[in-house]
Amino acid sequence: MFPPIPNPTTAPQAERFGTQDLIRRSASNVTPPAQRQTEVAKLIDVSKCIGCKACQSACLEWNDLHEEIGINTGVYDNPHDLTPASYTVMRFTEWVNPQTDDLEWLIRKDGCMHCEDPGCLKACPAPGAIVQYSNGIVDFDHDKCIGCGYCVKGCPFNIPRISSVTHKAHKCTLCSDRVAVGQGPACAKACPTQAIVFGTKEEMKTHAAGRIADLKSRGYANAGLYDPPGVSGTHVMYVLHHADKPEIYAGLPNNPRISPLIEVWKGVTKYAGLVVIGFAAASGFIHYLVKGPNRVSSEDENAAKRLTGERTP
Amino acid sequence: MTNAWTDIKNTDLVVIMGGNAAEAHPCGFKWVTEAKASRGAKLIVVDPRYTRSASVADVYAPIRQGTDIVFLLGVINYCMLNDKVQWEYVKAFTNAAFVVKDGFAYHDGLFTGYDESKREYDKSSWDYVIGEDGYAIIDETMENPRCVWNLLQDHVSIYTPELVDRICGTPKEKFLKIAAMIAECSSPTKTMTSMYALGWTQHSIGSQNIRSMAMLQLILGNIGVRGGGMNALRGHSNIQGLTDIGLMSDMLPGYLSLPTEKEVDFATYMETRAYKPLRPGQTSYWQNTKKFFVSFQKSMYGEAATPDNDFAYDWLPKMDVPTYDILRAFELMHQGKMNGYFCQGFNPLQAFPNRKKISDSLSKLKFLVVIDPLDTETARFWEKHGDINDVDPAAIETEVYQLPSTCFAEDEGSLTNSGRWLQWHWPGVTPPGEAKRDNWIMAQLYLRLKELYKREGGAFADPILNLTWPYADPDEPTAAELAKEINGKALTTLMDPADPKKVLVEAGKLVPNFAVLRDDGSTASGCWIYSGCFNEYGNNMARRDTTDPDNTGAYLNWAFAWPLNRRTLYNRASADINGKPWDPSRKLIEWDGTKWSGYDVPDIAPTAKPAEVGPFIMNAEGVARLFSRGLMRDGPFPAHYEPFESPVVNLVSPKVQSNPAARVFQDDWQQFADVESEEFPYAATSYRLTEHFHYWTKHVWVNAVLQPEFFVEISEELAAEKKITRGGWVRVWSKRGSVRAKAVVTKRIRPLICDGKTVHIIGIPLHWGFTGVAKQGFGPNALTPFVGDANMQTPEFKAFLVNIEPINEPVA
Repeated sequence: MFPPIPNPTTAPQAERFGTQDLIRRSASNVTPPAQRQTEVAKLIDVSKCIGCKACQSACLEWNDLHEEIGINTGVYDNPHDLTPASYTVMRFTEWVNPQTDDLEWLIRKDGCMHCEDPGCLKACPAPGAIVQYSNGIVDFDHDKCIGCGYCVKGCPFNIPRISSVTHKAHKCTLCSDRVAVGQGPACAKACPTQAIVFGTKEEMKTHAAGRIADLKSRGYANAGLYDPPGVSGTHVMYVLHHADKPEIYAGLPNNPRISPLIEVWKGVTKYAGLVVIGFAAASGFIHYLVKGPNRVSSEDENAAKRLTGERTP
Repeated sequence: MTNAWTDIKNTDLVVIMGGNAAEAHPCGFKWVTEAKASRGAKLIVVDPRYTRSASVADVYAPIRQGTDIVFLLGVINYCMLNDKVQWEYVKAFTNAAFVVKDGFAYHDGLFTGYDESKREYDKSSWDYVIGEDGYAIIDETMENPRCVWNLLQDHVSIYTPELVDRICGTPKEKFLKIAAMIAECSSPTKTMTSMYALGWTQHSIGSQNIRSMAMLQLILGNIGVRGGGMNALRGHSNIQGLTDIGLMSDMLPGYLSLPTEKEVDFATYMETRAYKPLRPGQTSYWQNTKKFFVSFQKSMYGEAATPDNDFAYDWLPKMDVPTYDILRAFELMHQGKMNGYFCQGFNPLQAFPNRKKISDSLSKLKFLVVIDPLDTETARFWEKHGDINDVDPAAIETEVYQLPSTCFAEDEGSLTNSGRWLQWHWPGVTPPGEAKRDNWIMAQLYLRLKELYKREGGAFADPILNLTWPYADPDEPTAAELAKEINGKALTTLMDPADPKKVLVEAGKLVPNFAVLRDDGSTASGCWIYSGCFNEYGNNMARRDTTDPDNTGAYLNWAFAWPLNRRTLYNRASADINGKPWDPSRKLIEWDGTKWSGYDVPDIAPTAKPAEVGPFIMNAEGVARLFSRGLMRDGPFPAHYEPFESPVVNLVSPKVQSNPAARVFQDDWQQFADVESEEFPYAATSYRLTEHFHYWTKHVWVNAVLQPEFFVEISEELAAEKKITRGGWVRVWSKRGSVRAKAVVTKRIRPLICDGKTVHIIGIPLHWGFTGVAKQGFGPNALTPFVGDANMQTPEFKAFLVNIEPINEPVA
């Protein structure tokens, strides 16, 4: 059993990380801290998950979210997708293994992956609306969010959701408030089978290696860890029985990476754009110096009057 | 459970059949994932549906609902034919070698002694040959063809893999693979655990389903050992407590039985409960019945229960029928013979079969009292809610009283979990509004009734007027006071029988446990098996020490387990005939030459010599029963009977289609679909979902979000055949009612091929009603038949026949 995190004391305690630990801040610069905190991670072992939705329930309760009571659409998934009030959902896939012809019910807890290289943050135009702490947590600051939805476009996992009421973006915080006082995320606390565990990224990788060995011994030759390099790794990782085919788990991206459009837009294009704007301004000024201000000729005046319906003299 | 939840981590093989632990017991299921992750244990799931448990299983096999006995006797047959038997265990610890009376036989689906007019057996031939010395005859060589083992071998020989395939629809290769995995656990160093629940009990053959697996576990030597056992996963946090404390109509606390009307006096009652040992030197612990019974009567009637009045024996109700179970209660209500009804924490309009009959019955009552924390459907049965509760309120004259009570989190007390652990709990919040504790409500009812009897008199007032009521605040006994009363106390100073000068317990003190209870009226104890829960050491149920030497999973200092804080029942059987553990790495207790000791409280007298005293001390034989004598109404061996509504003819006994000893009320026969019915061609089953708990959590917003709306599950094949779309609306109806639901079309249900015939399965979860915050919806009890298990009367919710068709979306 992975040692569970003990309950906290009731005495107030200092937060274990804060603004001084930011390593990234959207549309602005931060001075990174001299020392990076130990990276944390949540490990979701899909092979241990029974799809009980205790994680969804804990997430709703801890974050005081008020999701709507929906309808059944012919599947077990409820709510049907991530919403501004549902930071995590279980996605159920019925997959017939072509090798064994056996049905496998793949149940994946979906939610923010807390990418080491976060596409949402890179796409965000609002200074400080998305931040990344040195422990790896990517968090949203709703006061600074302008609700533009660029983070949704920037996310390789299609996670953030914009509230039509508050016009703010919402997603899993990795329970940054709980982690700040030495606790794990609410979903991990609620998970009955330890399909969700939380610790340092290294601990999670070690724990995952043991789980993968167990799965391989049971015939899952391609069992493996999902920690995609395309986003420089994630702080939410999966143990998959079929790590060679992540897409069978309700479309988990095979090789997620930040959209080239975002990279280009926020990278080269951004500077090229600035150059173009600067050039236009400079040429306007030079034009003024050389040619002086524009003057209106009588022809122009008459043409304008014709357009506005006034009679020409 | 014979074992504890925490013990499941010690197993090598988990068999989930007749249940869906991941779905209905997700917290306890952690011990399955733990056994898999830490020990490399394997998980087998056998179920009509590919369930949440199946999603993490190593092997899954489908089975047609109601055919588990065929599968299990098939495995027993496989083990016998392939010599996969824990022989030492079987010979020493079971009745395999006992010789059965010549009269006993089984032919064409019937055991000896059947009376068709009564639907009952004369069970006199279902017993051992008793020698002149009063002991059962055994043949240790097992050569006598009348030995239990040989009779069993003969009985199971027809249950071949081919027959399993034909009846259960389980492909032969799948069955053989599973049988081979199970058979491996006949090794003394490999154990298998059986986790089951209402998937086995809710059948007209429910008790025999469980018997079949218990027999298999005995043959494999898996009872009494770590990681083994028969583990009934209780469907409610305190339903184990309900049975322990004797809330069944025919029971008294601690599995003592109520007298029948034929037992006119105490002496007659005790005559059939002497439980003399059937083999020399055996414990036969039920010999102490009189001590427990008298102590119970003393706890009820105090000084009014005296030797002169047979300890108030006459004040007990006497049964004129085998049980007044809920099916019978509603039948009586339906006939107008029962006019008032109390529902305490019970929602029969949702929970009992043939909802129309339940609703009609409630409508005939003069009064109905509902004591519940929630606004239940039963309390509102008279309200019209469209076609979901289609009644005419104007035509119903039942007066309904709703008494709002507290929920477990608002109250102090103990809950008894599946593993027999009595765990104390404390209130977390203050009860809302006018909600009152059940103790207060019951006390008020009692005190007012007593006052009425005192003032006005009435027929047979003695049991009410003489009840002891020794509580500090008579208006509201506390949980601790009741717990102490259940534990029991010495009424006079108890001296040690071995040393008359030595005081065992001073008068007025709580007894340490049931070992000191007496049959002379000098002790009182409300429920002998719970004795020890709250004694002079304090409230043992409130203990929260997680110490667990050598990580055996026993946790002896956490809460209190009945009996005597024992965590694994029959743990004497974890050691061989000489008292050495079968598997040293899984030692529970062992014999050190003078006494038994180990990680658990020994389930045998501490100084009982191993080769002399058998491990199954509650049985007069001292051994476990592969042949259950006359203790079951429907046979000493399990036999296959089809559900009362079945899509196929019983291949084992075509003339005896369904359980011949199951009770059916006259009017209900007409409400069963025919065998192989064309009108109702599909095999339906009902069950719970993880997102909800029964009909409670539809009152909770978060749970309603997670699973908002009633649905039924069908295969892609049936959907295609009936032109039903995923998420579309369907109507499902049986001979008793009709529901409409969303359709979940899934690969997890596949049509089964049973003897060449395609059997489609329809799954119907049970969590919706017309009160609460989730979407209003129907429940499977609108469809299910009014028949129960022959022994326990648990309704047959798991196997019935329906039809299905697509419908247009209903107009809101």
